[in-house]
Amino acid sequence: MNVGDLLRQPHLWACGAGEDGIAASSRVRLARNLRGHAFPDWAGEDENLRVWRTLEPVLRALPSMQGSVSAANEAMTDLDRQILVERHLSSREHARKGRGSGIVLRADERLAVMVNEEDHLRMQSLECGLRLHEVWERMEALDREFEERIACAFSPRLGYLTACPTNVGTGLRASVMLHVPGLVLMEEMAPAVNGIQKLGLAVRGLWGEGTEAVGNMFQISNQMTLGAREEDLVGDLDRLVREVIDHERNARARLMRSRETVVRDHVGRALGILGHAHVLTSNETLSHLSALRLGIELGIVERLDRATVDALLLLTQPAHIQRAAGRPLGPRERDEARARLVRERLGEPPRRRRVRKTKA
Amino acid sequence: MKCEICKAQEASVHLTQVMDGEVKKLHMCEDCARKGGINIENPVSISDLLLGLGKEEPVEEAPAAPDRACPVCHLRQADFRKTGRLGCPECYAAFATELAPLLRQMHRRDHHVGRTPGAVPGGVSPAEEAAAVQEALDRAVADERFEEAARLRDRLLALRQRIAAGSPAAPEAGP
Repeated sequence: MNVGDLLRQPHLWACGAGEDGIAASSRVRLARNLRGHAFPDWAGEDENLRVWRTLEPVLRALPSMQGSVSAANEAMTDLDRQILVERHLSSREHARKGRGSGIVLRADERLAVMVNEEDHLRMQSLECGLRLHEVWERMEALDREFEERIACAFSPRLGYLTACPTNVGTGLRASVMLHVPGLVLMEEMAPAVNGIQKLGLAVRGLWGEGTEAVGNMFQISNQMTLGAREEDLVGDLDRLVREVIDHERNARARLMRSRETVVRDHVGRALGILGHAHVLTSNETLSHLSALRLGIELGIVERLDRATVDALLLLTQPAHIQRAAGRPLGPRERDEARARLVRERLGEPPRRRRVRKTKA
Repeated sequence: MKCEICKAQEASVHLTQVMDGEVKKLHMCEDCARKGGINIENPVSISDLLLGLGKEEPVEEAPAAPDRACPVCHLRQADFRKTGRLGCPECYAAFATELAPLLRQMHRRDHHVGRTPGAVPGGVSPAEEAAAVQEALDRAVADERFEEAARLRDRLLALRQRIAAGSPAAPEAGP
């Protein structure tokens, strides 16, 4: 099995689990570096290549990484690397790197290790729904296994040393992806983001750093990595996320009490467009899928389930669309292919083929 | 929304951050962001930007400070300022003075209390760790950060007990 095969399977996110789907996924990542080696951006390609060749077999042999696949960056096509980014297994920065960087990931995508991104190792543990503690435990096990074999750059005072001082200490970034259309529709998300940031946490868009929130998806993560224990960083985020989820539930309930028709209209229009459009941009699709997801969760749309929507959230991304087409597509072709895919997946099932009118 | 810097192009880079309890926002176009040294896919924080990390010319005083280099990897301060990234693990020692205020601002704390590599080859012994905690404790007391000092004192006592008991460098117990 190679990375290409792996990426043909349905994604972790489309698990449809997680009580009410407000928390879409939970993630913890650790930044680690090898002792006595320059960080990837400062080391030359040759040293990066040596590090990759050293780490790749070590990582694949770890008990936690049984059944893993790996690929050097230069052995992957641009499209494959982009697909990894869309599945949140790799970062945009890592996807841009060439020789000397690579990825090792478990076939179930729950654990992935980027080698020679900003740091020698960016290990991540990913799970759908709100399962931060579980995700952290899996991460910690992998970290321990790794440390038994390779000495990491560590200072007693500053902890794990990272290329960027923003990650030093624990090297830990925990994040939860939240779908909060209720708060957005009630215009309560801006003050919530404000409050969350005041607590020292970061709020980002769907694709992480430097991205705007699309499809009412927000990623909340810790900012500070130094001076707190890993369990506390994870626990603090977990508590905060649970509060945000409560606010979202509450916002949805109020929305249905005070503006039910508006919500039904919003959901219905989204379903109408998704089911019948012939050209759909990526952002338009995300925003309508968000409305549809809300409709399913509120019981407004009964014939579809959340897993279908979650699968589409991923499959309508540009690289996934091109993978499905089997060839590179221009933006316009992508928008058409996307609309076709969405129509197929969301269309009313028993339907007679329409008779095409012939031109007069 | 127009870019706050050139006031001409549409702003597409939005930096939001809390500094000293205050929310700061900066909306820029991609060109201005790039000129400001921001790596759009992996942006530096506003604090970095304000501290001059993302810019060629440092905002802080200390204008004529010599451009020192890390003795191991030869990264210069100017390189760090340009990219916001260090060259190797030894850079933390080489630029300790410059990094200290930056770390305090980013993390509000200046020493690690999380996991340690444990009983790994090259891991940190409890004695080494105790020395580091003692150092941090002295600093906390000097800066009148008493809450932190109390935590460090407890940690130091635990470490001393562990050293007295002769146990290996076990990582700190979980919650």
